[in-house]
Amino acid sequence: MRVGIVGYGVYIPRYRIRVEDIARVWGHDAGSIKSGLDVIEKSVPSLDEDTATLAVEAARNALKRAKDVKPSEIGAVYVGSESHPYAVKPTAATVAEALGIVPNTTAADLEFACKAATAGIQACMGLVRGGYIKYGMSVGADTAQCAPGDALEYTASAGAAAYIIGGENLVAEIEDTFSYTQDVPDFWRREGSLYPRHGGRFTGEPAYFEHVIKASKGLMEKLGTNVSDYNYVVFHMPNGKFPLRAAKILGFTTEHIQPSLVVEVIGNTYSGSSLLGLAAVLDVAKAGERILLTSYGSGAGSDSFSIRVTDLIEERRNLAPPVKYYVERKEYIDYALYARNRCLYRG
Amino acid sequence: MSHIAPPAHWRRAKERYRLLGSKCENCGSTFFPPTKVCPKCRRKGKIAQTEFSGKGKIYSYTIIHSAPKMFEKYTPYILALVELEEGPKVMSQIVDCKPEEVKIGMDVEACFRKLFEQDGEGVISYGFKFRPADNSWKTSY
Repeated sequence: MRVGIVGYGVYIPRYRIRVEDIARVWGHDAGSIKSGLDVIEKSVPSLDEDTATLAVEAARNALKRAKDVKPSEIGAVYVGSESHPYAVKPTAATVAEALGIVPNTTAADLEFACKAATAGIQACMGLVRGGYIKYGMSVGADTAQCAPGDALEYTASAGAAAYIIGGENLVAEIEDTFSYTQDVPDFWRREGSLYPRHGGRFTGEPAYFEHVIKASKGLMEKLGTNVSDYNYVVFHMPNGKFPLRAAKILGFTTEHIQPSLVVEVIGNTYSGSSLLGLAAVLDVAKAGERILLTSYGSGAGSDSFSIRVTDLIEERRNLAPPVKYYVERKEYIDYALYARNRCLYRG
Repeated sequence: MSHIAPPAHWRRAKERYRLLGSKCENCGSTFFPPTKVCPKCRRKGKIAQTEFSGKGKIYSYTIIHSAPKMFEKYTPYILALVELEEGPKVMSQIVDCKPEEVKIGMDVEACFRKLFEQDGEGVISYGFKFRPADNSWKTSY
């Protein structure tokens, strides 16, 4: 039985802050930060937006593209995030309620740093293939947290991507998936802490690259494919540099990865990141083309997927706004308004 | 309105999340918030639940500078009466729009936002607000 993507949708808040505006506040050199991270600006949520509202907007767009799917046919809803609005009370139930998927569905919030939603896609694939549900939905959404003045502040942004997984009417077939997970302390947030901590350079070699490369290679070995079988490659995008370097290590060219690199202008949307990159590729890919997607979540793990686009993509992709629309729909704010929107003032 | 009991939040959540109203299947009138009785048809009326499309126009608006405590952080904000394409008029904030940009007759569409939260520890109430309708993605991309 085939399994794959029936619909996909994204959402990015309209506010942006430039690297220069953050660097000015902390006395950092904006030029070296921009060239070091390959990020020039990032998205910022409104005061009345959080992970639940972002997830609902993306999920509604996914449902528009999956036009044969009735909300009541979605038997599982997973929301992956590290900024769920409640410590206890599921974002997934809010999404299910807002889309009319309730009440005959299972739902749960997932957390695995930036890769929880690809784990959600795998769970949906299993439930669909096992015949337990007809369709499942996995959403990656974050209003990413970062301590003021920390290096993360230049990239931690907000956005969401939602995927409806099923066995028929596929816009893209998921040929196989492969995961690679180890206990690595590269980035964490303790219970009750406002902001995450990270291991600086330690987040690179033993963390991001180890998992992204090994998961991608493991998937290709499992399937018997190689780099030349793929038209596009998509990785988690903590900054603009890491995914480019991972692509190069694996033997992919800049052309393979460029269509997915939205990080430069919206920042790192954490749980939304690799799935927003995949959506950007689905917005332009042609039928028959193949995509290698590998997420990364600190802590640490990667889920890799081999995806083949189907003929249905042409008629479905225009049913909801593309990633490019949300990327270009923007209004700049300064650091003071950013601090207000992110509730950095505590009185 | 500094405290919303969980049951009060829960009773209105469905209509706020999905813009669920009611429709009289006898005369075709639509209502928001939903009603149990059609005021026109009375006992002949047949009320059913209906989900509105979320498309509408600004019927009238005002700019709020001095707000109740739970909306203070949003000031100045636009509070509008939105006439839905199905007929009912609903009260809502207009977001993603500056006070100087709003106009009577402006096309708007529903979006999903936080409405209010009691404090750092209380229930968060979500629901519809409206933003300027933007269909540029259908032709520009």
